[in-house]
Amino acid sequence: MSAAPEWKNPVVKWIDHRLPVFTFTHHSLIDYPTPRNLNYWWNFGSLAGVVLVILIGTGLFLAMHYNPSVDHAFDSVERIMRDVNYGWLMRYMHANGASMFFLVVYIHMFRALYYGSYRAPREVLWFIGLFIFLAMMATAFVGYTLPWGQMSFWGATVITNLFSVVPFFGDAIVQWLLGGFAVDNPTLNRFFAFHFLLPFVIFGLVFLHLWALHVHKSNNPLGVDIKTDGDTIPFHPYYTAKDAFGLGVFLIFYFAFAFFAPNYLGHPDNYIPANALVTPPEIVPEWYFLPFYAILRAVPDNFIDIWGILPILVTAKTAGVILMFASIIVLFFLPWLDRSPVRSAKFRPIYKQLYWLFLADCIVLGWVGANPPEGTMLVIGRIATLYYFVHLLVFMPLLSRYEKTRPLPDSISAAVTPQGSSQSAQAQGA
Amino acid sequence: MIRTFKRIAVAAALLAAFSVSDVSTSRAASKATPPPPQDWSFSGVFGTFDRAQLQRGYLVYREVCAACHSMKQVYFRHLVDIGLSENAIKAIAAEFEVAGEPDEDGEPTERPARLFDRLPSPYANDNEARSANNGALPPDLSLIAKSRVGGADYIHALLTGYLEKAPAGVTMGEGMNYNTYFAANQIAMAPPLAEDGVEYEDGTKASVDQQARDVAAFMTWAAEPEMEERKRMGIKVLLFLIILTAMLYAVKRRVWSDLH
Ligand code: HEC
Ligand code: HEM
Repeated sequence: MSAAPEWKNPVVKWIDHRLPVFTFTHHSLIDYPTPRNLNYWWNFGSLAGVVLVILIGTGLFLAMHYNPSVDHAFDSVERIMRDVNYGWLMRYMHANGASMFFLVVYIHMFRALYYGSYRAPREVLWFIGLFIFLAMMATAFVGYTLPWGQMSFWGATVITNLFSVVPFFGDAIVQWLLGGFAVDNPTLNRFFAFHFLLPFVIFGLVFLHLWALHVHKSNNPLGVDIKTDGDTIPFHPYYTAKDAFGLGVFLIFYFAFAFFAPNYLGHPDNYIPANALVTPPEIVPEWYFLPFYAILRAVPDNFIDIWGILPILVTAKTAGVILMFASIIVLFFLPWLDRSPVRSAKFRPIYKQLYWLFLADCIVLGWVGANPPEGTMLVIGRIATLYYFVHLLVFMPLLSRYEKTRPLPDSISAAVTPQGSSQSAQAQGA
Repeated sequence: MIRTFKRIAVAAALLAAFSVSDVSTSRAASKATPPPPQDWSFSGVFGTFDRAQLQRGYLVYREVCAACHSMKQVYFRHLVDIGLSENAIKAIAAEFEVAGEPDEDGEPTERPARLFDRLPSPYANDNEARSANNGALPPDLSLIAKSRVGGADYIHALLTGYLEKAPAGVTMGEGMNYNTYFAANQIAMAPPLAEDGVEYEDGTKASVDQQARDVAAFMTWAAEPEMEERKRMGIKVLLFLIILTAMLYAVKRRVWSDLH
């Protein structure tokens, strides 16, 4: 830990004496001690931050021209596309930015799963991350309603309807959410208001997320704690340089979509204006919600015949909704479901295999979510849903107990630097 | 490093696979044949619109499709983009009467259309459109190229995909036409194009296939008039980013060299 820097510039010095923003920034971005062995999977946190800023920036310009009324929303988006200077750029960056945000955050989360970053003492950091994820889902859901195409309208109808399963108050809650009996003008107005607000809530949560991060510092691919100064390097210039390079690669990927395949990730039906009288042949959400959509629909209507006892309490729809919410809520318990003495999958031979299975399972769920819940698809969807929960609720606790983990290195520097490894070799030899 | 990129590539491929499966399912329920891909001047990263083709396509729309279909997102002023002169557009617009401001007695008036007007719609509202078309609603065509899987390929295929007689064993609904490429194969739109149904000013032979091709190109322009600017800018942005990223990689290597 280096001491507070001496500020030379008199203005900086004057301000910093009264409000130490410069010292704070210096400690959190410049000399902030970071494990020396972070790999490229650690780039995705800063990428998510950049995408959030891009979304807020482009969203602000869209909001200046967007009209949240059922009679004008669709046309106002088309005006943005055709008549507003660079409006098409703002919209395509925004719509594809939402997809990129989820892609980046999903990778970020799976990184945490692989290296055990949710484990003590980073549980609160993990929780805040999950709250960010929930807020993102809410933001993207209400945002997708705004262009007021067919999928906007029918997606909003299907998802708000899920709340009708709440006992006693269900219908009242749905009416309250919608501002009426169906998705209509009041719904669009309030969704726009929420869509403007929630990103700033996310911004605040990101701040807390970083605060929590900086208390115990980053985890690392070895999953062992930072022990000595030799284990860390200052954030700047090492990780600023690495993050900048990662950002370049990411922007190439993102802009390839935004400029050359801007509608590839979207649904064609959303270019048809919303129509309450025509139901689209298939109502599918954006790709990033598909795994949850699959879980929602994994419980079929004939659930009653299959499981016998449970349905007396809940209907198929209710069970689906419960499972869907549970699929995220279980993640909050992960720090206690996994009690392995070792964090990183590098030293957990069995968990490592199961990790990839779990990832594959989530991808299968996404694929099932894109298809009608019938026949083989339904069966696959149910098995994948079951496996999702079995992995988290059964395999994680069992593994922590019975898995034989590989020996951990003494420290980060012992494992990754030549001096470190020769030292530890000597130590072992002695 | 290479492994990392391999994995990113895998993630990208999976992302792509998601959206493909998503798109294919929305039409999976129908028996429609997927439209055969055509050569378009505007496909690919460097593709641009063929102005002469867009003008021919607009002629087909104006003389044939506009009898039933609106294109509400397109304004006369947008047509300078397809290479028509302002005077030519003014002359075309002046052929249409649109509602004007009420006169001093508050009576409704009509005036010739001007550059700032939308392309006029054939029907006053959806009900009138349905009643004139046997109950079926001819959709607005401004965004049709984006709202149908296959875009221009689909429009071309649809317009040329009619069979005079439905295959044996298919019972057709009242006033319906058999079309190979339409979802469920029965469409309320009668084959709109006829051999030499329009006369092209540039001397191009107006076969049904040619008209379908031209009007599909015009619909593609109408759905994404920004396409050429988007691709041009995209190429510059990506080239810039690729060079910048290469430099950032060099910087990163240098900065880290004292650690490795
Ligand atoms: C006589 C009226 C009429 C004319 C002229 C006409 N259409 Fe149509 N069109 C319709 C009707 C009615 C429908 C709705 C069909 C249905 O839903 O079964 C339709 C539907 C369509 C569709 C949508 C198909 C789909 O996937 O839903 C397209 C595209 C289309 N027309 C293009 C054209 C083009 C291009 C022209 C000019 C070359 C044209 N139409 C001329 C009446 C017409
Ligand atoms: C967490 C960050 C955000 C996410 C995930 C997000 C997501 C989305 C999504 C998925 C859409 C629909 C895109 C489409 O299909 O067209 C959308 C539209 C929109 N968003 Fe956002 N958004 C975010 C931030 C913002 C902010 C901060 C604003 C305003 C300041 C904003 C304003 C708008 C507007 C006006 C639209 C409608 C125009 C359109 O559909 O393109 N967004 N957003």
